[in-house]
Amino acid sequence: MAVDDFSLDVADGEFVCIVGPSGCGKSTVLRMMAGLETISSGSIDISPGNVPGKPLNSVVFQEYAIFPWKTVIENVAFGLEMRGISLNIRVDAAKYWLDRVGLTKFSHHYPHQLSGGMKQRVSIIRAIVNDPEVLLMDEPLGALDAQTRVLLQEELLRIWGETKKTVIYITHSLDECVLLGDRVVLMSAQPGRILATYDINLERPRSIETMNSPRFTEYRAEIWENLRDEVVRSMDMQT
Amino acid sequence: MTRLCVQWTCRHKGEQGHSHKYLEIDMSKLYFSANQEDRIFYSLLMTFLMVQFVLVFLGLWSLWAWPSIAVGFLLFVMGCERVGRAVPFHLHNRYEKSLAFGFPVLLLITWEIAGNTGLINPLWFPQPSRIAISLWDLSVNFDRFSGTSLLGRPWLVGDYYRKDGFTGVYALLTESHLLATLSRVLTGFCLGAIPGILLGVVMGINRTVRLMLDTTLSAIYVLPKIAIFPIVMLMFSDPFGEGPKIVVVALSVFILMTINTMVGVRNIDPVYLMAGKNYGASRLQMMRHVILPGSMPVIFAGLRIALGTAMIVIISVEFLRAKQGVGFMTFYYWEVLVPEKMYAGLVVVMILGVLLTVVLEWFQRRVMPWKL
Repeated sequence: MAVDDFSLDVADGEFVCIVGPSGCGKSTVLRMMAGLETISSGSIDISPGNVPGKPLNSVVFQEYAIFPWKTVIENVAFGLEMRGISLNIRVDAAKYWLDRVGLTKFSHHYPHQLSGGMKQRVSIIRAIVNDPEVLLMDEPLGALDAQTRVLLQEELLRIWGETKKTVIYITHSLDECVLLGDRVVLMSAQPGRILATYDINLERPRSIETMNSPRFTEYRAEIWENLRDEVVRSMDMQT
Repeated sequence: MTRLCVQWTCRHKGEQGHSHKYLEIDMSKLYFSANQEDRIFYSLLMTFLMVQFVLVFLGLWSLWAWPSIAVGFLLFVMGCERVGRAVPFHLHNRYEKSLAFGFPVLLLITWEIAGNTGLINPLWFPQPSRIAISLWDLSVNFDRFSGTSLLGRPWLVGDYYRKDGFTGVYALLTESHLLATLSRVLTGFCLGAIPGILLGVVMGINRTVRLMLDTTLSAIYVLPKIAIFPIVMLMFSDPFGEGPKIVVVALSVFILMTINTMVGVRNIDPVYLMAGKNYGASRLQMMRHVILPGSMPVIFAGLRIALGTAMIVIISVEFLRAKQGVGFMTFYYWEVLVPEKMYAGLVVVMILGVLLTVVLEWFQRRVMPWKL
């Protein structure tokens, strides 16, 4: 069994981070929410909004998963194209968001011509352009180097501030979950279950400077205390 | 002092221009000293030349010709190696090109001389010049006996058109060996590749069909396609006509493309399938936007292999049963023992293969612009 006893309510417009040791089933939970993995028991409901045709969820995958055979702008507009939205509207929407993340110049490039950070920007705005009820992010910054990561964390904060989307964000970085989340859910090692949840009461808008505040460090230390035992336990299980 | 100079160019994302970086390695410190190497090389070269001189003087050179050529070749490689190290950086491109094209030319010249001096028997190794001449002969002459020519005499197209219109031109073109082979290969290739790709995609995405057909296809795959030819001939009312030849080519291409496309579809990174599904692609959209482009690299790799197979099959079929075609022509000159024309036939096959590969590569660039 990958996941056991997992129950979570997420409010509209909330940013929930799920953190846990590697191999605890975080990604499995997210894929279940996205409907990409079958659930043996239990249910996952996302209540649809008032706008008909709006997708329930869109995933930002860890491995980018932007199509190498489509140009950047085609990738960004992919979700809209699948929903049959007319060319003009989807190109405009894609162009708006490409401009917001500074990739206008690269609209007609292919992904292999982009750096890792740019690819993940494309992947993130592909999900945002799709305008889903819930944005599901599966360690989106996991494959990036430390500096690019910090840049993209700031960008994520900015974008979230504008859109106020409901986000479920999987990560194994404590800094990231405290910096981004309204709530942090700590998961245990296999089988994955919820160990604790923490409300992060740091005022918004946040930025990288927030990481220097004493409250931030306190939250981090508190979560780490519980997480450390789990990490040790999961390492023991692997050996 | 010999220096090895390594240069590389960095192009940074989003920046104009590039920066050059150099790394210099003092070869003499890595290796035994350059002077020592110099001495070894020159002493070997001098010894070799002296031995040759003595052999010629004693009239024994022809007896020792092959060992001499082998040692000479070794020394030549060493010499080129040294020249390569001394070549200044900006001439490097030219040096590499001259090696890549110069050496084959050198081989041809050696072949020519060896043939003229009787070192090799010109009966089965006719000199390149004779091959070239016979290729020219074949191109310009019309074989009255079999009513064929290699190219179909394109310079007469105007005359024939004025005389008989398009039927005249058609009659002229049908006498061509090259066009006969080309049309068989192309028709067979398309007739095999398109259904092959379609079936391969179906087998890639549908488990049931895959399980049902995979064993059969693998069994047929290892069968030499030429072995099917007699059976195919049996099926056609005109066993010596174009039908069986095209079908054999098509069959071999079909099997190859089915297996290749299936592998291509199966090897698509599952994350792309998940992305497609998550962003709401229907079955048809999935096919058009994810599965077909995702398997394209493997499909094209398969097409290239299939092209080679098609050439093998068509030439062997023409050896067996044909009144026309480059394979027939080559075999015909075996029967009447004109070796240089057999070689000319091989040259034509090579040129045809290279041309078709170039066309396929051009097509690939058109269809898959996302590849480097």
